[in-house]
Amino acid sequence: MNIYVLLKKTFDTEEKINVSNGEIEDDGAEFIINPYDEYAVEEAINQRDAHGGEVTVVTVGDEDSEKQLRTALAMGADKAVLINTEDDLEEGDAFTTAKILEAYFEDKEADLILGGNVAIDEASGQVGPRLAEYLGIPYVTTITDLKIEGENVTIEKDVEGDVEIVETSLPLLVTCQQGLNEPRYPSLPGIMKAKKKPLEELEIDDLDLDEDDVAAKTKTIDIFLPPEKEAGRVLEGDASEQVQELVSILKNDEKVL
Amino acid sequence: MAISTAEEVDLIRQSVRSLCEKFPEFYWRETDEKKQYPEEFIQTLTDEGWLSVLIPEEYGGAGLGMYEAGVILEEINRSGGNAGAGHAQMYTMGAILRHGNEDQKQRYLPKIASGELRLQAFGITEPTAGSDTTSIETTAEKRGDKYIVNGQKIWISRTEHSDLMLLLARTTPKEQVKKKTDGLSLFILDMKDQKANITIRPIDTMINHATTEVFFENTEIPAENLIGEEGKGFKQVLSGMNAERILIASESIGDGKYFIDKAVEYANERVVFNRPIGKNQGVQFPISEAYMDIEAAALMRDKAANLFDTGENCGPEANMSKYLSTEATWKAANAAMTTFGGYGFATEYNIERKFREARLFIVAPVTNNLVTSYVGQHVLGLPRSF
Ligand SMILES: Cc1cc2nc3c(=O)[nH]c(=O)nc-3n(C[C@H](O)[C@H](O)[C@H](O)COP(=O)(O)OP(=O)(O)OC[C@H]3O[C@@H](n4cnc5c(N)ncnc54)[C@H](O)[C@@H]3O)c2cc1C
Ligand SMILES: Cc1cc2nc3c(=O)[nH]c(=O)nc-3n(C[C@H](O)[C@H](O)[C@H](O)COP(=O)(O)OP(=O)(O)OC[C@H]3O[C@@H](n4cnc5c(N)ncnc54)[C@H](O)[C@@H]3O)c2cc1C
Repeated sequence: MNIYVLLKKTFDTEEKINVSNGEIEDDGAEFIINPYDEYAVEEAINQRDAHGGEVTVVTVGDEDSEKQLRTALAMGADKAVLINTEDDLEEGDAFTTAKILEAYFEDKEADLILGGNVAIDEASGQVGPRLAEYLGIPYVTTITDLKIEGENVTIEKDVEGDVEIVETSLPLLVTCQQGLNEPRYPSLPGIMKAKKKPLEELEIDDLDLDEDDVAAKTKTIDIFLPPEKEAGRVLEGDASEQVQELVSILKNDEKVL
Repeated sequence: MAISTAEEVDLIRQSVRSLCEKFPEFYWRETDEKKQYPEEFIQTLTDEGWLSVLIPEEYGGAGLGMYEAGVILEEINRSGGNAGAGHAQMYTMGAILRHGNEDQKQRYLPKIASGELRLQAFGITEPTAGSDTTSIETTAEKRGDKYIVNGQKIWISRTEHSDLMLLLARTTPKEQVKKKTDGLSLFILDMKDQKANITIRPIDTMINHATTEVFFENTEIPAENLIGEEGKGFKQVLSGMNAERILIASESIGDGKYFIDKAVEYANERVVFNRPIGKNQGVQFPISEAYMDIEAAALMRDKAANLFDTGENCGPEANMSKYLSTEATWKAANAAMTTFGGYGFATEYNIERKFREARLFIVAPVTNNLVTSYVGQHVLGLPRSF
């Protein structure tokens, strides 16, 4: 089976976000594999081990994304592809990424493409579905279970805490949700083997794309941090007094009623 | 330089951290309390290849260097764990690797790399020969195609959790050799095979270190298990000690960073007199001072490891890094104890356990006094005191 994983590097979840001049400062920040993409890598490896084939991890990013690709190779993926847009693109959005991936997948015979449910940074959740639309293949988002028998696929999908069971077929794109599996971390032999695995680097030029073909469809007007949480207020008195005070606050101070 | 790129070293670090997350501090508290060998942890380390880091790829290991090995042990100890239960499986085989013949390497290294065989007991110390190694009295006498061992060792760790022991014994009496360092030989002893001729007695200590007394009574070692040349064992042991010093330094640095992490966190959170205790310089300064010492010691450890990995002499650096890191960490341990006030004594906070564990490295595998005298006599050329 030809399995592909869409992977993005994101800020480490432990990292404190600083904004200056409408931009997020990323100097010296630690980056990780987007946590939802880790489920995708793990699932890809498991499906390959069960059905045979090869796992290729693809990222649209910059030179530094190599680190996350190497980690995925050390986990057990077979090949990695870095589509480096550092020199060509100033800004991009979900459209940009999906368009680039469409061009990449044009001559590939992918049986299964796995991505994360969302990237924890911009959280659009759109790259996977858009790519599937462009490629004209079915897609299922937020999956928590994946069973493949021949061409037939049975999926459990998380719908706001409930489970929906979906039957579909390959080729297919899925986005992975927490609960799908328990991502592994690299073992020492895994890290050693990864040194010898191929990591291909492409630019959008190699995909016959121009900057204009992939220009962002959205414009970022401003980036700001949520207001700091203020201290709460404890209401006093017996229950009926507290309710009266609460209603009065909601009506007069917060003006939400 | 390390064999790995900075990126790979980082990946090693992150992966070991993830492994250690599966063994949180209550695991270590419990094994400590019950004086239990952390078998599950060691098995996981083995299964995921971490203990084979120094074994060349042709013998089934990862073929990396002292730098990477140090990073692995440092991370284990920084997580609150205790790498002492498994560190010797990493480096004891160095004697076979550096001084053994091809047959010995083929026979042992692949099985040590896979964990099928554990070689993590190293028998040097004796009741009457601690720091003074050349005075050991355990003898190995050649009879036909065997050596017959008689004598006693003490403080030999992990013997109950090891298949093989690297053993130092006298093959020529001290009176009959020109130099006192001659006449000692190094062997691979198959403890499982010789079970009937070995008595092992656990020693109860203040830490969970599985350390024992070992008695040999006509214990047999086939002649082909002599490592290197008969009578040259002391020199062979010395070359392995540099590796051991660098790795012990790394574990100690891991402990030191653990104490700093914990002390900083607690000093920021604990409020007394209406302010975080870390605001008081009486609390803050000892933590900062210990941190500076640890960072400096880590530089010396890095230097020693890089020299080792490029095959250069690293004796002074390996010894100095062991000294500097253990002393820095002891400072950090006390800073953490001070910061935690009464809670440092509560086992639930783990500080007291790590405090006990961190103290060992000042004494074993070599005391800091002996390191200091080495620097005085061998590095600086001052008169010999013994
Ligand atoms: C938990 C634990 C595990 C151990 N595991 C092992 C093991 O696996 N294998 C093994 O072979 N050994 C092991 N040891 C033994 C360890 O290596 C020795 O304890 C250590 O070398 C010190 O020897 P000693 O205890 O006999 O102390 P001694 O040699 O009696 O020294 C006592 C004190 O006197 C000082 N001293 C001695 N001579 C001098 C001098 N000339 N100048 C200045 N000061 C001096 C020492 O520095 C020390 O402070 C272990 C020890 C412990 C505690
Ligand atoms: C084994 C044991 C038995 C005990 N028995 C008793 C008992 O019988 N009865 C009883 O009442 N209590 C008892 N205690 C409690 C003991 O008195 C307290 O632990 C001690 O007073 C310290 O308080 P603390 O642990 O809350 O530390 P904290 O007050 O939290 O202090 C933590 C650290 O911050 C430092 N610090 C705090 N404020 C400042 C400042 N302004 N300037 C500089 N440094 C500061 C402290 O010196 C300490 O190093 C016992 C404690 C232990 C460990």
